[in-house]
Amino acid sequence: MRTAVIVFPGSNCDRDVGVALERATGRRPDMVWHTDTDLPDGTAAVAVPGGFSYGDYLRSGAVAARSPVMRAVADAAARGLPVLGVCNGFQVLTEAGLLPGALMRNRGLNYVCRPVALTVGDARSPFLSAYRAGEAVTVPVAHNDGSYYADDEMLDRLEGEGRVAFRYAEPVNGSARSIAGIVGGPHGNVLGMMPHPERAAEPAHGNTDGARLFQGLLAAIA
Amino acid sequence: MRVDVHVTLKPGVLDPQGRAIGHALGALGFDGVGEVRVGKVIRLELADGTPPDRVDEMCRALLANTVIENYRVELPA
Repeated sequence: MRTAVIVFPGSNCDRDVGVALERATGRRPDMVWHTDTDLPDGTAAVAVPGGFSYGDYLRSGAVAARSPVMRAVADAAARGLPVLGVCNGFQVLTEAGLLPGALMRNRGLNYVCRPVALTVGDARSPFLSAYRAGEAVTVPVAHNDGSYYADDEMLDRLEGEGRVAFRYAEPVNGSARSIAGIVGGPHGNVLGMMPHPERAAEPAHGNTDGARLFQGLLAAIA
Repeated sequence: MRVDVHVTLKPGVLDPQGRAIGHALGALGFDGVGEVRVGKVIRLELADGTPPDRVDEMCRALLANTVIENYRVELPA
């Protein structure tokens, strides 16, 4: 399976998510630079990695979301291609309008960097095919701007439509309704999440709860 | 011409930075400080005669995230 990792100036989890994708798919992903206007032919899934794209200038993810490659990512997402945004990638997807809401400064103003307990939501998504709704998992977070915000109407909609992918099971950043990840796209194929599944993807990480996200993706679209 | 775009968080959106600033003012002995909210000013040098609609487009396309922010454009007098 051919996958792609988008790389912006300031991305720093691109290699990590690339390794996780390679472990799951057996094929090294294409690293796609932000100025590219197309994804490689045959790309079956896209990852928008964590980091500090464009130094978080203006707003986290704001400038990256307007870069040339994001038009291709948006087109792919609309066609139903799986698109994963982790951390800064989630911020980029919200800024690009591929997912609703926004990620705001953490309520406690601290950069939070530690493994956190999550509950898997009831969202239907190719990324969640190897998890059970309600399952408890632990995945690390590392962010300054991770407090999910959307107005009540949108939050009700996300919950009503079963689009919550992960919730924090402990206080982390003040996210509305403890949301850690949501899905969008025509088939729940766009997943944005603040926790880093690629940092809990092999035994050497001390935790493999995140590996199933990549394995599930492979199983769902293979 | 110089145009200032004032970007502020919408009412009701939590502003932890503003809250921290309020606490710090209180710690410095400034009594009676209520809610504090942080915004930003983006100063643009634009070609003379740039229509206000064009500035508004810039705000909506990039300068403000209207999910969480309001903006106000201050044109030269």
